[in-house]
Amino acid sequence: MSAGSSGTFNNSFLFNPMAKRKVSLFIQCLVDSMFPHVGEAMVTVFDRLGIPLEYPPGQTCCGQPSFNAGYQKEARKAALHFIELFEDSEDIVCPSGSCVSMVRHDYPELFKDSPKMQERARAVGKRCYEFSEYLVDQLGVSDCGATFRRKVTYHDSCHLYRNLGIDRQPRVLLNNVKELELIEMKDSTQCCGFGGTFSINYPEISTALVDEKIKNILASGADVVCGCDMSCLMNIKGRLSRLGETVEVVHIAEILAGSEK
Amino acid sequence: MSESFYRENAKKAIADDKLQAAINLIQDRFGTGLLNLWKEKPEMDELRNRVKAAKDKNLKNLDILLAKLADSVEARGGHVFFAETAEEARLYTIELAKRRHVKMVVKGKSMLSAEIKIDQALADAGIEHWETDLGEYLVQLDKDIPSHIIAPAVHMNREHIGDLLAKRIGTPLSYDPPALTLAARKALRRKFLKADMGITGCNIAVAETGQVSLVSNEGNIRMTGTMPPIHVALMGMERVVANMQEHKDMLQLLTLGAAMQKISTYVSFNGGPVAEGCPDGPQEFHLIIIDNGRSKILADETFSEILSCIRCGACLNVCPVYGKIGGHSYNRATYSGPIGAVIEPLFNGINAQADLCKGETLCGACLKVCPVKNNIPRMLLALREKLAYGDEKWDVEQQNPLEELAFRGVGEAMVSPRLWHTGEKVVRSIMKKKPHQNDMVTAMSGPGRAWTDDRDLPPIAEKSFARLWKEKLQNRPLPAEKKEDNSGKDEGEEK
Ligand code: SF4
Repeated sequence: MSAGSSGTFNNSFLFNPMAKRKVSLFIQCLVDSMFPHVGEAMVTVFDRLGIPLEYPPGQTCCGQPSFNAGYQKEARKAALHFIELFEDSEDIVCPSGSCVSMVRHDYPELFKDSPKMQERARAVGKRCYEFSEYLVDQLGVSDCGATFRRKVTYHDSCHLYRNLGIDRQPRVLLNNVKELELIEMKDSTQCCGFGGTFSINYPEISTALVDEKIKNILASGADVVCGCDMSCLMNIKGRLSRLGETVEVVHIAEILAGSEK
Repeated sequence: MSESFYRENAKKAIADDKLQAAINLIQDRFGTGLLNLWKEKPEMDELRNRVKAAKDKNLKNLDILLAKLADSVEARGGHVFFAETAEEARLYTIELAKRRHVKMVVKGKSMLSAEIKIDQALADAGIEHWETDLGEYLVQLDKDIPSHIIAPAVHMNREHIGDLLAKRIGTPLSYDPPALTLAARKALRRKFLKADMGITGCNIAVAETGQVSLVSNEGNIRMTGTMPPIHVALMGMERVVANMQEHKDMLQLLTLGAAMQKISTYVSFNGGPVAEGCPDGPQEFHLIIIDNGRSKILADETFSEILSCIRCGACLNVCPVYGKIGGHSYNRATYSGPIGAVIEPLFNGINAQADLCKGETLCGACLKVCPVKNNIPRMLLALREKLAYGDEKWDVEQQNPLEELAFRGVGEAMVSPRLWHTGEKVVRSIMKKKPHQNDMVTAMSGPGRAWTDDRDLPPIAEKSFARLWKEKLQNRPLPAEKKEDNSGKDEGEEK
């Protein structure tokens, strides 16, 4: 099978029984409403790899904003909604590290007083993957057959990097994109200053942090900054735009879906 | 929202280039350094886990361990006093000083001494007292407070220090660090010789041996504990370890965490007063074991973990927020940075210190670097929960009922997709009416203004992913079918 025609794949996934699994798309609320093209890009990548997809309807938000602001009751309700929605899914794949971290690590904590619910939360959490992690670790894909003729720097989002330990996977994928030049920025794992409601409650601190991030992005000489979490990227993009900087901000799925640029 | 003390001070700190440069330096060197060390030497993980487990165990047996420590100290001829509150600790110290006609006290660097506000008590009693740690001495001369657990004067640059020493102790004006250090050293030596009492903290106390260990790089703490006739050591009740093996492990983590040192220049084992066969040391040794809110923390399993803290300051050295706002912005509390953000609200009131609970991004760097892996983000979330709903046990009043209402509303929408998408529509139409530039919204009102004051905001898309899926994606031609129409290009999303 040659899926798509823009590249050859050196992937073993075709012989991997896991590839038979069906992927349920878990679209982060921010992607759903503000960056739907990121979701579409994911679809393109999975299609090209021949992975069957479904999109369980009724998705809203994983509850992370409430959770981080201390509203655990509300977060628990959102968690229950999510668990019910995805309980029958095989593999759940999401374009956001922090949402996956929420489902995988925080849901079980939210239900620590109810062993039965906690078990359900754990079961769903175990099957929930971040996009780049799923491609590399679960499907064994390193080359998505994409081409991207730009200098790209990669921002390690906090929860993706620290809570999920994902830093190698996106780099493997980017390094296999044809004509893409990956340039590491200084302190790529330093927080961009978003922090959910933090950015609204403490805008001056948040801005100081994103400015630090932007300084490092600009110093890298890249003309595109990419990451695996739209919330951080929205923060970076919003500040870059205000500063009149032309560096482009994209989700990794957009690069991996690209065939020519 | 009216601007809090926290935000006001944060702003000042952010605008202070010299402060930013100084914090940057220490964060780059020690914070990034330690993170790299943990990464490069995964075998250190075992040591970290071992110390945490020992801490856990000791906290569970704290009463027994402290009783044993007291016995051991007394067997060596020292005195032990259990102070339930800061006030009791102050009173004991001042009364002792008065009884012994103490006129001058020298102090070794101790955050606990700041926590219990001993300086004011000494001053009120008419007792002269001098900090002997160089950084603390500078802070004292400047009538300021420390801005870092380990590097109290990190906020001062050499020009400031040169001017300060010239003004306050009359040294010839110089901005040369060695010359400045020498001038301070000279002034301090005279104080050591004159002092009637030395007050130190306590890094580690060993129950088995009854000895108190103090770590320093300047040697001043050793002199504080040995030169004056009386040595008073202030100890947080969680500082005790069972035996020398635990001591060794913890010491190693402490010096690594504090300054990436395998061992500090000085480690003083204070074993009590002079005795037959032990001619060195003070005439009298007093150990004040201080609770001051720690029992209450210990009794709450959500927060008891924080008592494992070895006060190494590493979390300050990686915290992006501390890196921007500096130690003084934390409501000028004794402890700043991530450790301060958890422990100060627990000590001094969660409502009063709400900004400390909420003013972090939850990036998790503190958890990664902490030698004993204290889960500070988890505890910050627990503090926020108390502010969100109120809490009887910790006497917390709900901080913002309106905010709760808003989150409840959003919470309802989160479980009702129809409501959720209606909300999305409403926000879309509101945002549409706002000013735009290059497809970005440039000015919002309400809470969104805090965002658009400094940043642009991407608009809500015309069609959500949910809608795109329903309208086109779910019926898209699959790759196998696509092959036939010879499409090398992908659809839609590329720019
Ligand atoms: S919380 Fe951890 S890193 Fe912070 S001061 Fe305590 S021991 Fe050190």
